Amino acid sequence: MKMPKKMKLSYLLNFLGLVLLFSIFVLMFESKIFGTSTTYIKGIFTTACYTIIMVTSLNLVVGCMGEFSLGHAGFVSVGAYFSAITSNALAGRGIPDLLLLIIALIAGGLAAGLTGILVGIPALRLRGDYLAIVTVAFAEIIRVAFCNFEITGGGKTMSGIAKLADFYWAFWIMVICVTVMFMYVRSRYGRTVKSIREDYIAAAASGINVTYYKVLTFAVAAFFAGVGGGLYAHYMTAMIPTNFNFNYSAELLSEVIIGGTGSLTGSVIGAAFLSSLPELMRQFSTYRMLAYSIVLVLVMIFRPGGIFGTWEFSLTRLLERVAGKAPKAQKGGE
Amino acid sequence: MLEIKELNVSYGAVHAIHGVSIKVNDGEIVSLIGANGAGKTTILRTISGLKKADSGEIIFDGADLRKTEPSKIISLKLAHVPEGRHIFPDMTVEENLEMGAYADATNAEAVMEDVYERFPRLKERRKQLAGTLSGGEQQMLAVGRALMAQPKMILMDEPSMGLSPLLVKEIFSIIKEVNKKGITILLVEQNAKMALSISDRAYVLETGKITIEGPAQDLLNDERVKKAYLGQ
Ligand SMILES: Nc1ncnc2c1ncn2[C@@H]1O[C@H](COP(=O)(O)OP(=O)(O)O)[C@@H](O)[C@H]1O
Ligand SMILES: [Mg+2]
Repeated sequence: MKMPKKMKLSYLLNFLGLVLLFSIFVLMFESKIFGTSTTYIKGIFTTACYTIIMVTSLNLVVGCMGEFSLGHAGFVSVGAYFSAITSNALAGRGIPDLLLLIIALIAGGLAAGLTGILVGIPALRLRGDYLAIVTVAFAEIIRVAFCNFEITGGGKTMSGIAKLADFYWAFWIMVICVTVMFMYVRSRYGRTVKSIREDYIAAAASGINVTYYKVLTFAVAAFFAGVGGGLYAHYMTAMIPTNFNFNYSAELLSEVIIGGTGSLTGSVIGAAFLSSLPELMRQFSTYRMLAYSIVLVLVMIFRPGGIFGTWEFSLTRLLERVAGKAPKAQKGGE
Repeated sequence: MLEIKELNVSYGAVHAIHGVSIKVNDGEIVSLIGANGAGKTTILRTISGLKKADSGEIIFDGADLRKTEPSKIISLKLAHVPEGRHIFPDMTVEENLEMGAYADATNAEAVMEDVYERFPRLKERRKQLAGTLSGGEQQMLAVGRALMAQPKMILMDEPSMGLSPLLVKEIFSIIKEVNKKGITILLVEQNAKMALSISDRAYVLETGKITIEGPAQDLLNDERVKKAYLGQ
């Protein structure tokens, strides 16, 4: 009886922390503290939000499941295009913007998730590095296909997507996505997937349907990659399939590895920094991949588990530690 | 309890198991001995559904295992201790045992107490990461995890592999005790002497074929077995 109560408290505390963080952002942007750069900086933060969703979802595959996916951008792409097509089709029917955005994101996510099942079933049945190979091929096929379909712009930029996402909504959508993924990792499902990663044979001997759990996790990851893509589409309002090329997949993967495979906190912080830093140093943006590679090599040498390893941030723990320094009287209360 | 008839299994073009028939009665310990590469592991993996058979029948407790999902086989109360000490290294001893009750968590706590009683060393180390256990302790953990599924029968693949002579003795006496509690055992071993000494009956497997079978005592005295497997 004690644990769930403590967990509820922890979720509540973290939620309050996020509200506080959000208020700071609102205050910062509404008071125009950045002057004329406000819109620009807001944009960077929005980029960070959808990148966080994409990177965290990739970490489900790389960290939780221990498989390499080199084609995550393919799922982002499916989600981006499918959600854009959905919102285009539903535009002008008097659906409120936020609802339309949510419908579009869910549609994009489901399309990407279904694609994930189709890619995962053949690739995850086999052991070894098949997933890496299959996902690269998949992302390339998607890119080429979307360059040729009429509905995705036929190789030209698909523009005129409704601007439904701004930083404020993106922030909360990101929070919801990361929370759900965090809960997935902590759930019975997540533990089962981790046990498969630890020892495939022992897991199978314990009666775990190995393929099922792997495909499920892969589909969940693809779903959220699709939601991230949908957010991207409805923030950028224009896109071209080559945005989601191999480089993009590689970028997402390096952010997972730098942040720490197995740490969602690492993915969140890693994605936030790595997606905004190059943007802040725009004049050097051509060196972005070079900078990534250098950081990646340094991390691999000095912290092979990534910057955060498997550590997860917990506001509750932080507060407990702060409170621990305060007079002891507090402790007896619980 | 378990009946295998005319089983054929292959890896691609390599025909590994040729028409093998094995029968294990309720309450028996039956061992399957044979040299490295004879196909012992393949047979156990085929029984558990981890490897597909080409032809033949595998009936356990009235159920056709060839038509049963591998993940459902443990629910039929047939457990498998795979070759090579497969445990979850980054989980604690206790979490490893909990995984053993994955398919059926009823009575898990009581069963765990039983397992701890049988393996006091696991109880001492219940909060320790399984990857930090010694080889013998890991093997015991693997057996303990199988017991967590409350099986009627356990398939054991070379439980003595890589253990010191003292630990080999211990693990075999554990197998004997487990069997006394009413659990049927199909034991695969290269350590033929030890395996035969605790078994009721045995089969000798040579390059995928059963060449000798009979009561374990007879096999211990069989000239061919003595020469090839007992080093006499
Ligand atoms: N995954 C595999 N792929 C191809 N051949 C295999 C595989 N596993 C086992 N074999 C072959 O099948 C035969 C039986 O192997 P195995 O069942 O492991 O024997 P044992 O357990 O008696 O040592 C051997 O010839 C081995 O080379
Ligand atoms: Mg073997």
